[in-house]
Amino acid sequence: MPEPTTLSYLVVAALLFVIGAFGVMVRRNPLVMFMCIELMLNAVNLSFVALARELTDIDGQSIVFFVLVVAAAEVVVGLGLIVGIMRNRSSLTADDLAELKG
Amino acid sequence: MTDLVWLVPLLPLVGGLILVVFGARIGEPRAGWLATLLTASSFVVTVLVYLDLLGMPAEERSHVVSLFSWIPVGSLQIDFALLADPLSITMALFVTGIGSLIHLYAIGYMHGDPKFSKFFLYLNLFVFSMLALVLGENLLVTFLGWEGVGACSYFLISFWHNRDSAAVAGKKAFVTNRIGDWGVMTAMFVAFSAVGSVSYKAINEAAHEGAISQTAISAIAILLFVGACGKSAQLPLYFWLPDAMEGPTPVSALIHAATMVTAGVFLMTRVGPVLAESYGWVPDTIAIVGAATALFAATIAVAQHDIKRVLAYSTVSQLGFMFLAIGSGAYVAAIFHMVTHAFFKALLFLGSGSVIHGMHHEQDMRKMGALRAAMPVTAFTFIIGWLAIAGVPPFAGFWSKDEILLYVYADNRLLYVVGMVTALLTAYYMTRQVILVFFGEARWHDAAGEHGAHGDFRPHESPKVMLIPLVVLSVLSVVGGGMQLPFSKDLHFLEHWLEPVVEEAERSIKGTWAYDNKYVLLGAAIVVALTGIALSVAVYAKRRLPAIEPKVLENAWFYDATVARLVGGPGAASFRGVTLFDARFVDGAVNGAGAVARGLGGVVRRSQTGFVRAYAVFIALGAVALLAWFVWRGWLA
Amino acid sequence: MLAASSSTIPFPVLTSLVVVPLVGAALVIFFGRARQEWTKLTALLTSVTTGAVSLWVLQAFDSSEAGFQFVSQHEWIPAWGISWHLGIDGISLFLVVLTGVLFPLVIAGVDPHHDERPYLAWLLVLEAGVMGSFISLDLFLFFVFFEIVLVPMYFLIGGWGYDQRVYAATKFFLFTMAGSAFLLVGIVATALLSRDSVGSVTFDVVALAETGALSVTQGRWLFVAFAIAFAVKVPLFPVHTWLPDAHTQAPTAGSVILAGVLLKMGTYGLLRFGVYLFPEASVWARPVLYTLAVIGIIYGAIAATMQTDLKRLVAYSSVAHLGFIVLGTFALTDQAVTGGVMQMVNHGVSTGALFLLVGMIYERRHTRQIAELRGLQQVAPVFAGFFMVVMLSSIGLPGLNGFVGEFLILIGSFDTARWWVIVATTGVILAALYLLWAYQRVFHGEVDDANRGFAELRPREGALLFVFVAIIVFTGVYPKPMLSRIEPSAKALIEHVESRTDYQRPAQGEAGK
Repeated sequence: MPEPTTLSYLVVAALLFVIGAFGVMVRRNPLVMFMCIELMLNAVNLSFVALARELTDIDGQSIVFFVLVVAAAEVVVGLGLIVGIMRNRSSLTADDLAELKG
Repeated sequence: MTDLVWLVPLLPLVGGLILVVFGARIGEPRAGWLATLLTASSFVVTVLVYLDLLGMPAEERSHVVSLFSWIPVGSLQIDFALLADPLSITMALFVTGIGSLIHLYAIGYMHGDPKFSKFFLYLNLFVFSMLALVLGENLLVTFLGWEGVGACSYFLISFWHNRDSAAVAGKKAFVTNRIGDWGVMTAMFVAFSAVGSVSYKAINEAAHEGAISQTAISAIAILLFVGACGKSAQLPLYFWLPDAMEGPTPVSALIHAATMVTAGVFLMTRVGPVLAESYGWVPDTIAIVGAATALFAATIAVAQHDIKRVLAYSTVSQLGFMFLAIGSGAYVAAIFHMVTHAFFKALLFLGSGSVIHGMHHEQDMRKMGALRAAMPVTAFTFIIGWLAIAGVPPFAGFWSKDEILLYVYADNRLLYVVGMVTALLTAYYMTRQVILVFFGEARWHDAAGEHGAHGDFRPHESPKVMLIPLVVLSVLSVVGGGMQLPFSKDLHFLEHWLEPVVEEAERSIKGTWAYDNKYVLLGAAIVVALTGIALSVAVYAKRRLPAIEPKVLENAWFYDATVARLVGGPGAASFRGVTLFDARFVDGAVNGAGAVARGLGGVVRRSQTGFVRAYAVFIALGAVALLAWFVWRGWLA
Repeated sequence: MLAASSSTIPFPVLTSLVVVPLVGAALVIFFGRARQEWTKLTALLTSVTTGAVSLWVLQAFDSSEAGFQFVSQHEWIPAWGISWHLGIDGISLFLVVLTGVLFPLVIAGVDPHHDERPYLAWLLVLEAGVMGSFISLDLFLFFVFFEIVLVPMYFLIGGWGYDQRVYAATKFFLFTMAGSAFLLVGIVATALLSRDSVGSVTFDVVALAETGALSVTQGRWLFVAFAIAFAVKVPLFPVHTWLPDAHTQAPTAGSVILAGVLLKMGTYGLLRFGVYLFPEASVWARPVLYTLAVIGIIYGAIAATMQTDLKRLVAYSSVAHLGFIVLGTFALTDQAVTGGVMQMVNHGVSTGALFLLVGMIYERRHTRQIAELRGLQQVAPVFAGFFMVVMLSSIGLPGLNGFVGEFLILIGSFDTARWWVIVATTGVILAALYLLWAYQRVFHGEVDDANRGFAELRPREGALLFVFVAIIVFTGVYPKPMLSRIEPSAKALIEHVESRTDYQRPAQGEAGK
């Protein structure tokens, strides 16, 4: 098995990112949208680590920690909001939350 | 004493100020006496200044008393200064003199009026303004008085302001005067620009010595004449004067006969040297306008029925004579006629006021007649005034009118003819007035019911306080001619007195046919006057000839009506158009901008669907686009 | 015209003019809730104090000195050369005094119909803003004050005005703000473009004017930017249409302040910043500004004549009067500029008084429509008398203040703007026309039942108006003290223009046309 190059990592990361982006745009369930956002964030993490390895720069790996923390915080807040909203309605999709329509 | 000339305008001003604050409390008749006293004191001071000046040699009779620095900015240094010289003191004498008499008269005339004190307040303020006008050392102090008399005239014309006609007349007078004021103001600007000062001395000297261009001189002259046309009711700005008769009769006598309207004549005399040095068409224009106005107004007076309107048009006509004189270079004659006119016109107006008073406020001459039995003193003094204005010797009007015609003949034969025709008409319409009012049959029996008379309506004579001024003025109308008799140089008192002021401008007619044959012209004038009287007697007394009073003359050649229609029709329409333009277009543009912004916002708003997923798509697309642009740039670099 | 000697007292006089009203506003808002009856007193004391300080400055002002006095300068944002730089000279002196005197009179004399606390607070903030804009010598600081003025005025009109107040307030705010956008760009550009000639980026007006050197094109563009903002404020045709609505819909105090002081920020700005900072461009742009000014004079007067609303008539008359001031400002002669500055004050006094009077009419009859008013002189002669005097001042009767300013402007502008002056002088005819016609319809004639109950002038109103009338008469008869204080600074400004351009003051009296 040939050794995976940086490029292969980047390709995987890109694929993950696209799947995640596509998921956010297409899926209506808020929880699934969150999962896709996580997917995108982790895809970015992967590309950071891969490039950090290639360029032997530790900064890339430190950033991953930042991203992880932000993702965690965001998930906490987001899930809390979803739960709060879903208390009043039985079924909920992203399309139902259109109060900010201009 | 000359240094105290500032007392002359101050005294009536003080009277006005006292009456503003305490007028209601002082009340009738003490307010009237206070005002009269102060004006009379002003007259006394003027006489003292006059005597003082008489005692000086002729060249020194010009004193400037500067009170304070009024408008000092840079090279423009205008003081509130008074000039005491023969011309200004002559004016001041008859303004305060006749003014005092009219104040006295008004005490009787305004008896019982609820706004008695206010009337005298305005009268005093008016006298103050007029004195500032004539005693001013520079154009701006004169202008202060000029506008002041305009404002006081407005107050006094619309004195009975609950009457719509009076209110409108007052406004008309002020606005029309303002058109003339444009001319005076612009003249001041030209003077400052060319001469660096608005002082009469500086301007006259600069003109006389040729220090400024003739264009500038002519501009100043003609612009001041525009102002004079407004103030002195010449064509085309005369139409406020007949309507000004809405004011109480003392107002008409003082303001619209003796003083305010003569301000234009005074101003042109004051700047005589400027007029003399201007292009020839300037004095020619003045003479033509004066003559035209004189004739025009005289024709209208022939057909008027209101006793005061006849006199109003007569005033316009006589003022035309004065401007005719000025245009012909006869400044002394103009001033002479101004003074005599003040005497007899004030007399006639006060006399008519006495008639109106005695007739319980009837003013239509068709409802009068045979009043000389009921009002003997009024009738007698009125007849003296009539003879004076008609130009019958030895009354004052004859000498002054003849003096003017002498100079006019030497200048322009055609205008002389116009002047003679006007003199004929003057004699005609004044005789008509006297006959209609005092002679013939009594036509006022039918009018009894109209005036709410209780029982027997009889016209009565006026109280003594109104008769004394009539008597004084009639005496003056008899002997007033004495100040300038043509028989010999020694009798030219007025000319000698005014010489230092007018010598640079006064035209000399020595050696002309007119001068050599002045007795012929004198005779011609007498003939014309007597012819006018005879014609009128034939028409109105003897009923031998038909009365010619066509509607066109009765309606003043429809001049006023035309102006009113122009102002009210196309004038108002264009103004309304401007206002609409402002509201629809200019403001519309602003509101339109707002509408466009709102519209755009409405369109752009549609992209805000509220759908998170749509936003997500936009984010993705945007990110891709941005990335693509950077890559593409990187590719090129 | 460099920064001159300041006062010898250590007290920051000019700063207090800005700070005291703000403190007063804060007091009114925060402590007024507890003690309702003290709000009015606090506001009054604050404004009277400010007024007293301004009067003190007036008497301590050295009229022989053309430069700025009582200067106070403190660094604010040194990196960009922004400082708290205040100073007063002959041009701004009387505007400051006018502001200081007008506000206490308005606070004492006119009561709002509701919500006194925020009303008074807004008025005091407004005072601070107006004061600040007249004494700022730093462009950034000036802009801050210029914008601060908009907010309280918006709320005053929108909260305490008449039937169409919201529309008028919004229009006023947006219109002026749009102009200010140009001003902001101009200010920043001026500071940056002058960086090389001055040495560093600075917003200091004196430094920019004295040492800054811009190219001709730069100067002209920047002048246009500044001029647009001030033109809206003045207001100059054709950006004047916010004025009739704002004036008509504003409460009485708002109208008085708006006409009396706010409009002058525009004319003051044109003089202080337009001419001082961009002399070449000012000289270049003169024909346009003359034309717009004269159009305003005639157009404003014509529009005023046909108004059916008395207050709107007075509003349009302001457009006409300010046209004279702009004409004088750009004629750049001693008399014209001095006259223009003086007329700024005169207009404030007489038009302020007119708005007070109209407000009194509304308060009694609840209408501003001329058609519904009639014969008021019959039932309220004293009121009519005051109205007459103020009206005559507006018409420009000699002996009253309005004439002196108008006369100086016209006679001073005659050499440099001859034909414009000849047309502008016809404005005096129109002024008499629209004002006297309005007076005749409202005060003359026989009174009818609707107007019979018109109450005569009350003592409090009379006292208030008396101050205005006294100033009107005094300044008209003896304007010398005012003129002697304005003249040196006006002269210095013109000399500044002469030194930087080809323009030379015309020599009066030697030309002979």
